[in-house]
Amino acid sequence: MPRITYREAIKQALSEEIERDENVCIMGEEVAQYNGAYKVTEGMWDKYGDKRIIDTPISEAAFSGLAIGASALGIRPVIEMMFMSFSYVAFDQLFNNASFCRYMSGGLMNVPIVVRGPANGGTNVGATHSHTPENLVANHPGLKVVCPSNAYDAKGLMKAAIRDNDPVFVMENTLLYGQEWEVPEEEYIVELGVANILKEGTDMTIVSHGRCAMIALEAAKTLEETHGISAELIDLRSIRPLDEETILESVRKTGRALLVEENKPYCGVDAQISHLIQYKAFDYLDAPIHRVSAIDAPQVYAKPLEDWQIPNEERIIERALALME
Amino acid sequence: MSLGMATTQKKTATADKTKGAKQADFVAAPVNAKLSTEEKLTLYRTIVGIRRFEERSLQAYNQGKIGGFLHLYIGQEAVAAGITSLMGPNDHIITAYRDHGHALAVGMSMNECMAEMFGKHTGCSKGKGGSMHFFAPDKNFWGGHGIVAGQTPLGAGLAFALKYKGLHGCCVCFLGDGAVNQGAFMETLNLVSLWDIPVVFVIENNGYSMGTSLERSSAEKELASRAEGFGIEWESCDGHDVFEVREVADRAMTRARDSHKPFLLEIRTYRYRGHSVADANHEKYRTKEEIEEYKKNKDPINVLKEQLLSDGTLTEDLAKEISNEKKAEADASAKFAEDSPVAPRSEIQTDVYWEVDNDTEGRLKGSYFFND
Repeated sequence: MPRITYREAIKQALSEEIERDENVCIMGEEVAQYNGAYKVTEGMWDKYGDKRIIDTPISEAAFSGLAIGASALGIRPVIEMMFMSFSYVAFDQLFNNASFCRYMSGGLMNVPIVVRGPANGGTNVGATHSHTPENLVANHPGLKVVCPSNAYDAKGLMKAAIRDNDPVFVMENTLLYGQEWEVPEEEYIVELGVANILKEGTDMTIVSHGRCAMIALEAAKTLEETHGISAELIDLRSIRPLDEETILESVRKTGRALLVEENKPYCGVDAQISHLIQYKAFDYLDAPIHRVSAIDAPQVYAKPLEDWQIPNEERIIERALALME
Repeated sequence: MSLGMATTQKKTATADKTKGAKQADFVAAPVNAKLSTEEKLTLYRTIVGIRRFEERSLQAYNQGKIGGFLHLYIGQEAVAAGITSLMGPNDHIITAYRDHGHALAVGMSMNECMAEMFGKHTGCSKGKGGSMHFFAPDKNFWGGHGIVAGQTPLGAGLAFALKYKGLHGCCVCFLGDGAVNQGAFMETLNLVSLWDIPVVFVIENNGYSMGTSLERSSAEKELASRAEGFGIEWESCDGHDVFEVREVADRAMTRARDSHKPFLLEIRTYRYRGHSVADANHEKYRTKEEIEEYKKNKDPINVLKEQLLSDGTLTEDLAKEISNEKKAEADASAKFAEDSPVAPRSEIQTDVYWEVDNDTEGRLKGSYFFND
């Protein structure tokens, strides 16, 4: 099976969907002639032209809203946020219009758009460019949100998102763009709402998503090899819809849960997961639920501090050991 | 600063022409001269219908039957009636929260609109949207949007889709004078001009963004002239004469359809009521005389009635009959709304996700809702 980068996997998904459906188009800042700020859409403008790959001015509210309006008439725009942090400029469009038009029309309108772009910290760029708003998106019924942690999922989830008839946010990660994974050549889809068990185990359940799942995977290996702790690792992949059953089944087996995410802790995704576990698997728990989130402050600029602020292997292991005490 | 910037082209020629035109010119304009007697009566019925409907909804609001806000369109009816009468099969409209007039003008029934305001299951949005969020995609009407200027990029998107699909049509996006100062609108003006999108923005300038007069909210009083900064054609006209609205809007819409060029149209109008019915101050930030003056000389119903009486389309008896008919229809809609049930509680979680409502195979994995 060929190994390709996360970036290439997303590009393959976008290209395949553009070729499959004439209504799919991509718009965003620098996506066409510049070849993408992070080169995700590199070469696509040359291949597919002005109609399908569309450079926008720096006007997130306008092009987000435009995508929503166009989707009402059957266009399937994939809009790129150069950073998902910039979606905040388009807050009304994405969090009022994309999320609620279907509801407020009593189901008469739907909004098949994809909002994609990197949503991560750890890049030494300060608070305004380091948001991880998957919790914010998930808090808006009507929206869906996925966080692929690897190239295989990135491709499969992107294709599912484009074919979905509801607005879907795909949270990418700049630190993953250059990393390689095995991705099959034949077509496949990763369905929304299906978690992936990255590693099986018996002593504790680690629930994570996005790049944190990859860090947690390293931590889980270390826990096993160095500390003799067998951790089961669940990669959520999809935040909303959420695969509750896979989480619960695992926790019922292991009796312990460690939640790892890059979100800030207060009302983060893990706050919801934590509620789920205590409510539906309370009797199975042998210890309080622990979590490792970003340290609760705006994203700090200084690299050594930021590397500590977001979850890393050391912090995960430290908390896993505490959970086992 | 480049001195080259001084070459900005003025685009006021058409506006000057409109300002100088007499009322008779509008009636005689080709787009109006071709109207049949029945078509003229339809315009009259639409305008009177909106008025009678809103009067009845006000009564219901005051009786506590309608919750939330009630933004009445009374005084502005000729704008929606005139423009929707120009719509072809590929033309679409979208507006803000003062949407009752546009909804009825595209042919939505009084029953579904009144029931929506009553919060009933028989409402156009099943009672999930309310007064500000009427939708009728089957009639090319895309809402009904609650946030000032929030609908403007959506209007651009509808028009973008028409062009993308190679359809000969346009989108008319209505907004109020308060909306021109929102960033989303200005971003959108730039985008539609840059991309040649067939959208006609219609600023229904009723002089007040809630309680703040135009003088106190906008630095440039000729609102449509902002279009010049974006290289967009613009024009302004009065909105109490439906024939004037049609004459001016027809040119803008035809141009948009034929050349994909956007247009910014400012239509000066007036609302008799407050920003919403809850706006208790609406006779404090403006004078009673100002309101009475408009009612006396520029009321859209009276203006059209006089025109239709003088050309023999209408008689006093027929005018009375139409008014009674529409009042009866409005009364019946209130009864329909009153008698209709509220949606069952299970409906709270429908119409959230298309995939859930349509129970799609293979897509419905995981939890979509989080009920303990």
